[in-house]
Amino acid sequence: MEKWYLMTAAVLLGLIVRWTVSLNSYSGAGKPPMFGDYEAQRHWQEITFNLPIKQWYFNSSDNNLQYWGLDYPPLTAYHSFLCAYVAKFINPDWIALHTSRGYESQAHKLFMRATVLIADLLIYIPAVVLYCCCLKEISTKKKIASVLCILLYPGLILIDYGHFQYNSVSLGFALWGVLGVSYDWDLLGSLAFCLAINYKQMELYHSLPFFCFLLGKCFKKGLKGKGLVLLIKLACTVVASFVLCWLPFFTEREQTLQVLRRLFPVDRGLFEDKVANIWCSFSVFLKIRDILPHHIQIMISFCFTFLSLLPACIKLTLHPSPKGFRFTLVSCALSFFLFSFQVHEKSILLVSLPVCLVLSEIPFMSTWFLLVSTFSMLPLLLKDELLMPSVVTVMAFFIACATSFSIFEKTSEEELQLKCFSTSVRKYFTCFTFLPRIIQHLFLTSVITMILLTIMTVTLDPPQKLPDLFSVLVCFVSCLHFLFFLVYFNIIIMWDSKNGRSQKKIN
Amino acid sequence: MAALGIAIGGSNWFSALALGVTLLKCLLIPTYHSTDFEVHRNWLAITHSLPISQWYYEATSEWTLDYPPFFAWFEYALSHVAKYFDQEMLNVRNLNYSSSRTLLFQRFSVIFTDALFVYAVHECCKCIDGKKAGKELTEKPKFILSVLLLWNFGLLIVDHIHFQYNGFLSGLMLLSIARFFQKRHMEGAFLFAVLLHFKHIYLYVAPAYGVYLLRSYCFTANKPDGSIRWNSFSFVRLISLGLIVFLVSALSLGPFLALNQLPQVFSRLFPFKRGLCHAYWAPNFWALYSALDKVLSVIGLELKLLDPNKIPKASMTSGLVQQFQHTVLPSVTPLATFICTLIAMLKRKASF
Repeated sequence: MEKWYLMTAAVLLGLIVRWTVSLNSYSGAGKPPMFGDYEAQRHWQEITFNLPIKQWYFNSSDNNLQYWGLDYPPLTAYHSFLCAYVAKFINPDWIALHTSRGYESQAHKLFMRATVLIADLLIYIPAVVLYCCCLKEISTKKKIASVLCILLYPGLILIDYGHFQYNSVSLGFALWGVLGVSYDWDLLGSLAFCLAINYKQMELYHSLPFFCFLLGKCFKKGLKGKGLVLLIKLACTVVASFVLCWLPFFTEREQTLQVLRRLFPVDRGLFEDKVANIWCSFSVFLKIRDILPHHIQIMISFCFTFLSLLPACIKLTLHPSPKGFRFTLVSCALSFFLFSFQVHEKSILLVSLPVCLVLSEIPFMSTWFLLVSTFSMLPLLLKDELLMPSVVTVMAFFIACATSFSIFEKTSEEELQLKCFSTSVRKYFTCFTFLPRIIQHLFLTSVITMILLTIMTVTLDPPQKLPDLFSVLVCFVSCLHFLFFLVYFNIIIMWDSKNGRSQKKIN
Repeated sequence: MAALGIAIGGSNWFSALALGVTLLKCLLIPTYHSTDFEVHRNWLAITHSLPISQWYYEATSEWTLDYPPFFAWFEYALSHVAKYFDQEMLNVRNLNYSSSRTLLFQRFSVIFTDALFVYAVHECCKCIDGKKAGKELTEKPKFILSVLLLWNFGLLIVDHIHFQYNGFLSGLMLLSIARFFQKRHMEGAFLFAVLLHFKHIYLYVAPAYGVYLLRSYCFTANKPDGSIRWNSFSFVRLISLGLIVFLVSALSLGPFLALNQLPQVFSRLFPFKRGLCHAYWAPNFWALYSALDKVLSVIGLELKLLDPNKIPKASMTSGLVQQFQHTVLPSVTPLATFICTLIAMLKRKASF
């Protein structure tokens, strides 16, 4: 492509920010006996390297599941095994069975951070670059700006390179899946997405849109001919990839069941810790966790989740289009986040990825959402002592988006993709012309609230009677934002007319 | 809303560049820092805790004050902010003290003083005429210069990782150059004089400044073909330049002259006892000279031309800072290096 040097500069800038953030502390640093996610990942390297596959997911004297037992699908286990294999060459003490528990050193930190960077470089970053290069109807400069902004998204950087996780692997695979499926490489796309699910089961949040989109494509091709062939091919691809990943665990029924039990711990409650979803926010007023019995909680969460995502999914099945697919990914993932069971605050990243994909189409709202998503993880980031990198990366992201997309000039109805909706409402309320101004004021209020809450959380001590006051406030405010965005994205999907496909050339 | 947008920088690329690199500098705060970090902490302590008469005599730490007085005053000013971060760093006896608040203060002081550098780059860009370039932002000379200066990675590594205040000082130098371009020669001369009393290493470029001012400022007019009109020499201008340098030097060295400490100050500023090459060799001519001397001495020993007993045991590559003799080639004195530098510069000056 032309201006490849600018693209390289954007990618390198993303890498610099990632590596400098990784200089900071990680989850559970210096906090025995349990430490944190960093120790969990190191422990999985220890387990997968030293124990036979049959024992990976089972409780035993060598593998105490209470101490960071494996609770991700087999691909994570294989990745840990690969990292452990490399670790063995550098320093076997890092993964020695039992004796390496709580191992912390500068060299080990460098190794672990390097594994995250390598995984990112191999899977996520190429997917982002390719996705932006393939965007239609925008200039080269805007493509490069999209790459820069997506790579600068603070949430993913802070969680992967700060807190310590490998979200870039599963999100990267999911992005390859989106790429494949959007450009009619359906089989490869499904394969990539199956790999994503087999890396982290949370990717199931994205599974319904994939399913509906592919099903819609099959219907369009006609279920009597090519559509049926495609459907069968897709089914075979999915089954084959699952079998390949789970092969060692399909030998015995008990193995498969145990893995499933580890992946979906339905015995745990509706939510754990503070998370910006409906149930946690609702429990501020009414302690539903204590009032309702367990199976009723599961049913209610199930009903709400599916009721909220059903309209978008049905529309996608009937009118499959890449644009509809992207927006349905957002709204589905958001519905799951808000209403589902046992959601962690880090799961917001599953919503952030699709929002990054629509950054070039609705820059203003996407930037707003991505800022809120990072803010919603504030209590976690503060616990990991990541305040400085959080503030800096959020500011850098905001400046990058503001200068690349001129977001403050793009708040008209048409730019917000709300033209059809507003026209329909104006049939009943002719004075409904103030939508852009409302949204601008809401944005200002939102930013001021987030900044104030951040300052309060950092500087003030919560009152004695309410020790979690600030965390709950952060979750509550974020939840309100997310509900607003859920409504917004659903409006875009439902009111998206076929004429909306021809966007004017955005310079 | 639109005003906010413009204010934040819808099309103002310079602010975006400056803000962006500042944020990157904040991300570099937890990186490695060298002994220069302790050097500056020590100077904060010296200037804050001790009276002026002790500044150039204090030697509790091995990192004695060896910059001119204006830099000492600069550290003194910083120390008054430092006391709100961590009082302990201002204790002269707290060698190698580096609490997290100390680190934060020191790093932020470099980032903050870089504001002068950003301003100087802005002034330099104003002097550039970019009319011939195309409409593309990345092709404009102003943009290219700003990127090369603001995002200069050598400066980022030395200032924000290794730890020094070169951004601030380079800012002074760039500002004086910008003032020359803007035909404000007196200001430029003043700024350079001030800079010399911040870090005397800028004496390296003092001859260039001197000759330039002589030619462009003291000779007020040119002949039609551009060469010197000798009779347009203005003594008034020469004297005013001299006066500026004199006044600045008086302000800087005055107190130490009054205390009869000038020899001590000069011995700190120009430590010839440190030897020809630093502990880490600079890639200059004397490094080649010393390397050649080493190679020749090895060959001489092999061919039995040299007596092993007469060769000094300490070698130049041992990483020590000291004076010593070369083995085969003639030893180099400070005077010899000065004469070599002068000869090398004269050829350039002649073409001025």
